[in-house]
Amino acid sequence: MLPIHFAMHLPDGFLSVQVSIFMWLATVPVIGYALKRLNADLGERQVPMMGVLAAAIFAGQMLNFAIAGGTSGHLIGAAMATILLGPWAAMLVLTCVISIQALLFQDGGLLVLGTNIFNMAIVGVAVAYMVFRTVHRLTGERSWGLYAGGFLAAWTSVEVAALGTGLELSLSGTSPANIAIPAMGGIHVLIGIGEGLITIGALVFLNATRRDLIKTNTAAQPKGNWVWVAGLILALLLAVASPLASKHPDGLISVAQHYGFLSNEKNPLFSLIPHYVFPGIGDKTLATILAAILGTLIVFGVTLGVAYTRRRRSGSDDQQQV
Amino acid sequence: MHVHFLDPFRPRNSLIHRFDPRLKLVLTVAFILTSTLIPSGAWPAYILLFALIFSTEVLSALGVGYVLRRSMLALPFVLAAIPLVLTVPGKALFSLPVGPWSISPTLPGLERFISITLKSWLSVQAAIVLAASTPFPDLLVAMRSVGVPRLLVSIFGLMWRYLFVLVDESIRLMRARASRSGHSDRPGTRSGGGLVWRARVTGSMAGSLFLRAFERSDRIYMAMVSRGYDGEARNLPLPAIRPAQYAILAGSVSLLIVMIMASYLLWG
Repeated sequence: MLPIHFAMHLPDGFLSVQVSIFMWLATVPVIGYALKRLNADLGERQVPMMGVLAAAIFAGQMLNFAIAGGTSGHLIGAAMATILLGPWAAMLVLTCVISIQALLFQDGGLLVLGTNIFNMAIVGVAVAYMVFRTVHRLTGERSWGLYAGGFLAAWTSVEVAALGTGLELSLSGTSPANIAIPAMGGIHVLIGIGEGLITIGALVFLNATRRDLIKTNTAAQPKGNWVWVAGLILALLLAVASPLASKHPDGLISVAQHYGFLSNEKNPLFSLIPHYVFPGIGDKTLATILAAILGTLIVFGVTLGVAYTRRRRSGSDDQQQV
Repeated sequence: MHVHFLDPFRPRNSLIHRFDPRLKLVLTVAFILTSTLIPSGAWPAYILLFALIFSTEVLSALGVGYVLRRSMLALPFVLAAIPLVLTVPGKALFSLPVGPWSISPTLPGLERFISITLKSWLSVQAAIVLAASTPFPDLLVAMRSVGVPRLLVSIFGLMWRYLFVLVDESIRLMRARASRSGHSDRPGTRSGGGLVWRARVTGSMAGSLFLRAFERSDRIYMAMVSRGYDGEARNLPLPAIRPAQYAILAGSVSLLIVMIMASYLLWG
């Protein structure tokens, strides 16, 4: 009964190394800043509070409800965490959830962890914060504005994060932009509605039981304006770039090749050495056969070694028993 | 019911379990990096990488079947790469007319698709061996020593400690819902109200889980402070890394580098 996760946790192997490293570089400073901010706000309280709430979001993702035809909706939690905790804490909590999922449950890869954190914890939270605060303000902070803002923030954060994932897949040359982006976007239109409905349910419950929690955290955060602007920019960028990229996937590929995200077919550095210098081994078929033989020998040798040591160990156990 | 089954660590007495967690973490990431860097279609390199990870699985005494079964978890994602078979330009293998379109998979497209699937499968196996052969507290120390911020590592540690408690909590919530909203195991029998109602109930459950966690975190903080917590989580240091393990690390990393170079020079 492991939580079934949405299609946004990229596994390793699907993104090029260049895209993965670039996304790590974008993620690390933001998380570093969030850590610093919260340490200033919460002090030594930070560790227990963030840890337990991250565990709660992880456990909350197991709560699901039947939709139709055996499919079920479940909570992702970016918007809910943002509304209840404010943007910085939400980023940190989701970073923990995504990291633990990757590290222990192989839900998302390790090398692409930076990308997954960026999509869900940074883009998702920033966009949710932007949408929620805008709607909440525009409706004069009435309670229906809270629910409308919650629904829209949940839906947008899921959708925008999905578009980002599609864009990264196509930048890596794993999936053509005119397929990956509409497919990711399309699936998550529905997932986002489920997320939005659950978020409303949670907000209704909390507004009835602990209005003070919602009150303190929906108040404007100091320096929250930066997150608001960042969320707006990210949302606009992905909303504009995604249809453009899916209309002109060749453009995206040339951009990717230009910035080295997509390795060109022939690498000039390596073509300096002509192939015929290594007769025989350069022949791919022969090399494949050799590799298969070598691989089998390695595995066979290791298995034999393990079996031998175990037999010897169990043998000595028997002697001790006698 | 308690959710100990969530813990991926499987205690065994094997070489891989005894290997230093710091080096294990570094080697796992190096292995995943290598399999990501190998160009598509370099089959000999994939075979050798598979031999490496398979040998590790055999050495780890985790049971090869266990690792392979778990590694299927990441497979559904290959759906994202399937369009490549049709869109990468190249010689068509065959052409299948479907309505107004014709489906013509190309050889380079197929090569790229299989390569991505293999990369992902190899990487997932390495991650599984790491998680199943290293106790989480050791993994935390390993993360700390490769430069993950101390604060983040402490939060990870606390999250891990309360993960089981809160998953138990959410299982209790779901059981309560199932017993109160007419849940039936018989297929075709409707349970609960309409879609929006079901979503709202789930939302209330999420809200109440959040609230319980929030209040629990307060109690935990008090308990920590009353036991001398001052903002610093202290761990016992791991034993020093033995030279033999450094030698294994150096050997494996250079093997991986040779493999990357060979795959680019010869088979790329």
